[in-house]
Amino acid sequence: MMQADVKLDTLGYFCPMPIILTSKKIKELTLGQVLEVVSDDEGIKKDMPAWCETTGHQMVGMEEEQATSGRIYKAFVKKTK
Amino acid sequence: MNATQIEPTTMLAQLEETKPEKVTIVLLSGDLDRAMAAFIIATGAAAMGMQVTIFFTFWGLNAIRRKGATSRAKDWLRRMFGALNKGGAETLPLSRFHFGGLGTKMMQVVMKQNRMPGVPELMHTALDLGVRFIACTTTMGLMGITKDTLIDGVDQFAGVTTYLAEAKQGSVNLFI
Repeated sequence: MMQADVKLDTLGYFCPMPIILTSKKIKELTLGQVLEVVSDDEGIKKDMPAWCETTGHQMVGMEEEQATSGRIYKAFVKKTK
Repeated sequence: MNATQIEPTTMLAQLEETKPEKVTIVLLSGDLDRAMAAFIIATGAAAMGMQVTIFFTFWGLNAIRRKGATSRAKDWLRRMFGALNKGGAETLPLSRFHFGGLGTKMMQVVMKQNRMPGVPELMHTALDLGVRFIACTTTMGLMGITKDTLIDGVDQFAGVTTYLAEAKQGSVNLFI
């Protein structure tokens, strides 16, 4: 289990909303803090690393788990700029 | 001969360094699906920190018209055209399976059930994220669309040169 400072719930939202919500939320964090983005959109597995690469934030990890409603993805992003 | 050898990889690196991450999109279509694609790409790019400009022309202008606003064009032909060509982000039809509005309505219901943002929501998100809207004045004139019938937030009223000046600095240019 990875630890995060702030959690962002984007369950039920499709592309591009999880990324847009992430880009807004990350502004509220201070440098070095880790944001956990919870999503049930499988696209986030590829989209979040791509977003990190473009914006310069650090992709710390990705967790995947099975919930009753389906698969859930947890992306951990460290604010680095 | 005193030609200097230029290393292609360093040239490319220099080019990438100086090139702003800019996206320009021409939205010609007034279809719901195409407008959605344009706004999804625009909001995605803006969230990635890229500078985005959308150039609205022809039917694409319907996306930024205020719903139900009547045309104030000077001649009756254009006024008539403006009245027949319904505008507003919430009234755009699907490019296929519109079925006199039934197909589009069904799609909107499915989208709502899945919490997918529609064209009006995506458009406002785009404006929130700082996406710039340019309305093409030539086609506005042709189609009897006047400035006062467009939504607030349209950044510029301009022509092809403004679009090209933006597009040539961009790394992504799309025509939808």
